[in-house]
Amino acid sequence: MELLFVILIGLFFAAAVYLMLSKFLVRVLLGVVLLGNAVNLSLFTNGRILRDVPPIIPAGHDVPATLTANPLPQALILTAIVISFSFFAFLLVLVYRAYQDLGTDNANEMRVAEPENDPLPPAGY
Amino acid sequence: MAVSPADLSAAFVMTPVAPADWLVVLPPAWCILAGAVLLMLRKSVRLQAMIAIPALAILVLVDALLLVHVSQNGPVTMVMGRWLPPFGIAFTADLTGVLFALAGAVVALAGSVHALSDIDGTGRRYGFYPFLLLLMAGVSGAFLTGDIFNLYVWFEVLLISSFGLIVLGSEARQIDGAIKYAFLNLVATTLFLIATGYLYGIFGTLNMADIAVKAAAGRADLPLMTLATLYLVAFGMKAAAFPVNFWLPASYHTPRVVVSALFAGLLTKVGIYALLRTLIMLFPIEREELSVVIALAGVATMLVGALGALGQSDIRRLLGYVVISGIGVMLVGLSLGSPGGVGGAIFYALHSMVVMTALYMVAGLAGRLAGTFDLNRLGGLHTRSALFSTLSLVLFFAVSGLPPFSGFWPKVMVAKAAMDIGAWWLVAAVFLTGFLTTIALGRVFALAYWRPAGEALPDAAIPASALLPLVALTALTVGFGLFPNALLATIQHAAQGLADPRAYIGSVFPGVN
Repeated sequence: MELLFVILIGLFFAAAVYLMLSKFLVRVLLGVVLLGNAVNLSLFTNGRILRDVPPIIPAGHDVPATLTANPLPQALILTAIVISFSFFAFLLVLVYRAYQDLGTDNANEMRVAEPENDPLPPAGY
Repeated sequence: MAVSPADLSAAFVMTPVAPADWLVVLPPAWCILAGAVLLMLRKSVRLQAMIAIPALAILVLVDALLLVHVSQNGPVTMVMGRWLPPFGIAFTADLTGVLFALAGAVVALAGSVHALSDIDGTGRRYGFYPFLLLLMAGVSGAFLTGDIFNLYVWFEVLLISSFGLIVLGSEARQIDGAIKYAFLNLVATTLFLIATGYLYGIFGTLNMADIAVKAAAGRADLPLMTLATLYLVAFGMKAAAFPVNFWLPASYHTPRVVVSALFAGLLTKVGIYALLRTLIMLFPIEREELSVVIALAGVATMLVGALGALGQSDIRRLLGYVVISGIGVMLVGLSLGSPGGVGGAIFYALHSMVVMTALYMVAGLAGRLAGTFDLNRLGGLHTRSALFSTLSLVLFFAVSGLPPFSGFWPKVMVAKAAMDIGAWWLVAAVFLTGFLTTIALGRVFALAYWRPAGEALPDAAIPASALLPLVALTALTVGFGLFPNALLATIQHAAQGLADPRAYIGSVFPGVN
């Protein structure tokens, strides 16, 4: 099961990096979303993947009787999902606003902040 | 009813928390509270500043009290939910963290006063002050937390607040800058999360003191080098180290000048702090192996910053490169790893927080007086205000590392630490950078201040609320330049506490050592 997940995470990372290398912001945005999910899955795999074993310690024991999945990484993922979702929402609005204001979603053509032929400072006066 | 053989009360803190220990969580908690109040009063433009400035003044006071408490009693720990560490999320304040938090609070207070004349009613209605308070919650939390996943959460808190600040005004230029800032910083925090996930997989704990103990015990069998490298890349990106620095000059000149000033003072230094915390305290052996890489990155960062500053005609963009070159000096200090090097990095970070904020304020006022930020058109500023001109020159010298200002001592510490191990190329790079920065800023002074005004200057005066924080920050840099002894001694203690975290661990796990 873990091996399957590891391969899946690798595919997620590869797709995320491929998308983020694009100059079109919508693709970069999708890449960021995939990257977040790849990280969440890798955290998930970190805590063991087992079916139908609740992490409950039976009465009279100090440790669980059988191997269980660690619930803490799942709590971490929950935090990370909330954060990455809110960032996704913000970036989506930002990209849309950039498309409206700058008339492009091509990062190469966004040269308002860093103009292409910026003059050099004067050499003397 | 079944009775568990384990005594659960052993997992809880049963003694009441000492009143002074509440100081540890007060900075972020106070900022969140004040930020929430400000959010409710979002439409009352006048009330915003009247609440935010006293709130930040109280934050400075709390951080100062915490500094006194920590320097007298050593690191202080408080655990959330009264669980014992490593089960509860711990807040641990040591000297390094508190020094950074105090400097950050001072910078934020100065920025909040300076913003009175820089942020208009619209900017306040769109939430400048709430964002500032929430940004400070993130920054203070990051400096004081003792839990590495909690550090990630504070990073996200300060990142989302900084997004709010950078788009304030939503001009096309800002949207452009914000896109680059937002995407690259988000990737950096995601890298941080990847590293933290693996770290939990390896150690089964997120408490930094616990990690320090377990890393020291089981170093031989664990893939710690991978972790150290991931953290180096993630935090290096946050700190704008070469070659992952390109988001900074693309975005820092776009927002309102006071926002740039706050960013330059606070954000990259959080990255440096996290680098110090992870590489010096948690993974010292791995840092030793990476030291050549960090030193090369530091030298490249310094030179890219200094040369970039020479090539800019917009003074705000020029300052963005100066921020980067300062990060290079801190990275060189980090790469040396000796108490002198780490102390130099801490001192330089504190100095850079104060001076870079003040310099962006100078740029903003120069732009306000002359109506432009372009070196080709600026001129005649000295005749407009001799006081402003003098303050600017002091800050230009301070950031170039000339004595007797605060930039001089950390550079001496880093250079001395480099000489001690015979790394002459690092010493040469530090001095060459200082030389190039002096030229870049000396030219700004010659062109913008001494050169007669080419065109009629707009009729603008500097309001007292904009000048006061500038005077205060300049006084700090002159004061710590002339009388560095007390600060130097504190920083030496802080650097030793990072390199030898026994006191830190002892405060989290009383009775272990």
